[in-house]
Amino acid sequence: MKNFSVVTGLAAALLSGTAAFADEPAEVEVTHWWTSGGEAAAVAEFANAFNATGNVWVDGAIAGSGDVARPIIISRILGGNPMGATQLNPGTDADDLVAAGLMLDLTELAEAEGWADLVNPPSQMDSCTYDGRVFCVPVNLHSAQWMWVNRRVYEDAGVAIPTTWNEFTATATQMADKGIIPLSVANGWPVQLLLDDIAIAVGGVDLRIDVYKNRNIERAAGSETTAVFEAMDAARKLVDPGTVVPQWNDAVGLVINGTAAANVMGDWAGGEFTVANMVAGEDYDCLPGLGMAEVLDTGGDVFYFPKNKDPKVEAAQLVMASTMISRDVQVAFNLKKGSLPIRPDVDLSAANDCMQKGLEILASGATFPGNIQMIDRDSLNQIRDIYNDFFADLDVTIEEAQADFVEVIRNAPPLQF
Amino acid sequence: MAVSSSVEPDVSRVAPKPGRDRPPNPYFRNLSSKFATVPMILTVLVVFVGGSIWTVVFSFTNARSFPTGEFIGWDQYERLFRTKRWAISVRNMAVFGSLTLVFNFVVGFLLAVFIDQKIRFEGVFRTIFLYPFALSFIVTGNVWAWIMNPAFGLQKAMRDLGWESFSFDWITNKDMVVYALVIAAIWQGTGLIMALMLAGLRGIDEEIWKASRVDGIPKWRTYISIVLPMMRPVLITTLVIAASGIVRTYDLVVALTQGGPGLFSEVPAKYVYDFMFGGNLAQGLAASSVMLLTVGVILIPWAIVEFSQRDKNK
Repeated sequence: MKNFSVVTGLAAALLSGTAAFADEPAEVEVTHWWTSGGEAAAVAEFANAFNATGNVWVDGAIAGSGDVARPIIISRILGGNPMGATQLNPGTDADDLVAAGLMLDLTELAEAEGWADLVNPPSQMDSCTYDGRVFCVPVNLHSAQWMWVNRRVYEDAGVAIPTTWNEFTATATQMADKGIIPLSVANGWPVQLLLDDIAIAVGGVDLRIDVYKNRNIERAAGSETTAVFEAMDAARKLVDPGTVVPQWNDAVGLVINGTAAANVMGDWAGGEFTVANMVAGEDYDCLPGLGMAEVLDTGGDVFYFPKNKDPKVEAAQLVMASTMISRDVQVAFNLKKGSLPIRPDVDLSAANDCMQKGLEILASGATFPGNIQMIDRDSLNQIRDIYNDFFADLDVTIEEAQADFVEVIRNAPPLQF
Repeated sequence: MAVSSSVEPDVSRVAPKPGRDRPPNPYFRNLSSKFATVPMILTVLVVFVGGSIWTVVFSFTNARSFPTGEFIGWDQYERLFRTKRWAISVRNMAVFGSLTLVFNFVVGFLLAVFIDQKIRFEGVFRTIFLYPFALSFIVTGNVWAWIMNPAFGLQKAMRDLGWESFSFDWITNKDMVVYALVIAAIWQGTGLIMALMLAGLRGIDEEIWKASRVDGIPKWRTYISIVLPMMRPVLITTLVIAASGIVRTYDLVVALTQGGPGLFSEVPAKYVYDFMFGGNLAQGLAASSVMLLTVGVILIPWAIVEFSQRDKNK
C-alpha cells in the first residue's frame, strides 16, 4: 500500500491534481494473448488487484499466440487507437513505437519505487530502458528451454525415463513401436521453439549470443551450427506429420493424458500440468535446457502503456504499472502462470519443483538474453520461416537451411538501443 | 454508373432546337448527376489511387515499423522473389484460387438449378445452403481445423469406430494441405454463389422457358445454351465477388492451418500482413505491390475488352 500512495502522489504531481480524482473510475483496456487455462487464471489476478484500486480493468484478450496478437497490438497503436496497456515481450518489438513517442514514460514511477534495484535479473530492466528512460514494466520471467516428460508412460512401457534430449532420442523409436507418440508437436511457433531449444542444447549459449547478438557470420556458417542443424534434422525425422496438433496446449495435453511421451515447451506448460493435478517428479519431469545445458533465457512478458489523451487513464496506467510489480500481485500472478517473478524478494515456497529448478538456475545466473533482445523481429520471423520449412519438408537439406540462416544473420539490421 | 447510363440516352435523343446553332456543351450535361459522383471520384482518387501510389513508393524504402525509411531501390523486391515462402504463397494462391472458383461456380450453379425446380420447402434448403456464409472465415477455419485434424477429428472418429485403415490427414500433409483449404472455402462460399445464381435464374423471362418447351428442347440444353448466356451479367458480378474474396484470403488460413505444415499453406495476403506489422513494413508493401500489379495485369485487359465491346454494341 506504500507503493500506492507514492503513485497517487506522483499522479497528482503529474496532473497538477484535478482530473485524476474525478468520481468515475478510469477504464483501462488491457490487451494480451493469455488465453489458455493457466494463463487466464493468472490474468484474473492482475485484473482483481487492479480493480481493487478503484479502477476498471477492461480485458482485451486476443486469441491465438503472440504471432497473431503482436501485429494487432502494434497496428492499433500505430493507427492512433491505443489501448491502455498491453503485453509484449521484452526486446526490440516496441523500439520504433518508443522512438516515435507513442509510449508512456514510466521513469518517475520507476525511480520512486526503485525498480532498478528491485528487478532481477537486471537484463529485464535493461530491455525496458531506452536512453535511460523506462517505458515498460516487467511482470514475469519465462524461459522456453524445457522438456516435459510423462514418467508414467515410460514406466508402463518399461523404458528408462530420459534425463536429457540425447537419451530421449535414443529411445524414441522404442516408444513409437509401442504405439506412443515420442514427441508431441504443435503447428506454427512451437516448431520454432522446439528447434530453437535443440539449438541451445546442442550448440550452447556462447554460440547463440555470438551469432545472434554479435552477428558472427563465420560461426553461423561453421561446423558448430551445422551440428545444430543435424540435431534438428534428427528431430524432424522423429515426428510423424499426422500427429502434429493445432495449439501448444493440445500438444502438452497429449503428454498429460499419456498419448505422447514428451513435449518441448516453455515453462508456461507447467501451468497446464498443475491444472491437471499432476505432481512434478512423480507424474512428470521437467528438464531445463532439455537436460543438456542447464540454462534459461530471460524472456518473459512486459507491459507497455501507450500514451492516451485522457489524463484519467494516464493516472490509472501508472497505478496499474505499480500494481503489477507489487510483491503480493507478483506472487499470486506467477504461481498461477507457472512463470518466475521478476523480483527475488518474494516468498515462493508454494512453488512446485519445476519452478524451484527455474529459481535455482536464475539465482545461479546461468541465464542468457531472449532472442528478441538480441535481434529484430523481422529477422526472427525469417528464421521462424526457415525452421518451419525445414521441419515440415524433408526435401530441404541441412546445407540449404544453414545457408538461408546465415543470409538472415548477415542482413539483420543493427540494434537501435 | 447506373445513374448516368439510364439518363444519358434520353438526353441524346432530344433533337437540338432549330433556333440554336451551337450544340449543348457535353461537360454540362447531367450536371446534377455529375455533381453527385464527385465525392466518389474523390474517394477513388485519394483513397484507392493515392493509397496504391503510397504503397508502391514506400515499397522501395527500408521502412520498418513506420513509413520513414530511406530509398534503397529494388532490395525489397529482390528479397521477396528470393524468399521461398513467397514462392509457395503464389503457387498456393493459383491452385487454391482456380480450384475454389471452378468448384464454387459448378456446385453453386447446380444448387441454384436444383432450387429453381419449384421444389417444396425451397426456403428451408436455401437457408441451409446459405447458412455457412453467415459464419466468418475464422469460425469456418477453426471448425474445419478440428474436423480435419487427424489426432482429434474425422480420422480418429472413424478409426475409433473400427475402420482402422481410414486416413484423412490432408491438413498435416504438406502436399494435400492446399486442398484442405479448398474444402473449407467451398463449404463456406458455395451458398453465396448459389444465391447470386438463383437471382440470375429468377430473372430469366418465363416466356423463354415456354418457347423452349414448345420447341421440345431438353431442359439441360436450355440451361446451358440459352439461360447461361443470358446470365452473363450475373456471372461476371459473381466472378468479381468470388475472385476478390480469393485474392484477399487470409483469415481462413490463419484459423485453419496457420500457414502450416511448415510453409505449405501460406498465401500472399498473409505474407503481406505478417511482414507489414512484423517489423518490416516495406517488405509487406513490396509484396502487396506485386499483388496489385498481378491483379492489374489480369483486370485491365479484361476491362478494355469488356467495355469497348459494350460501346460497339450500342
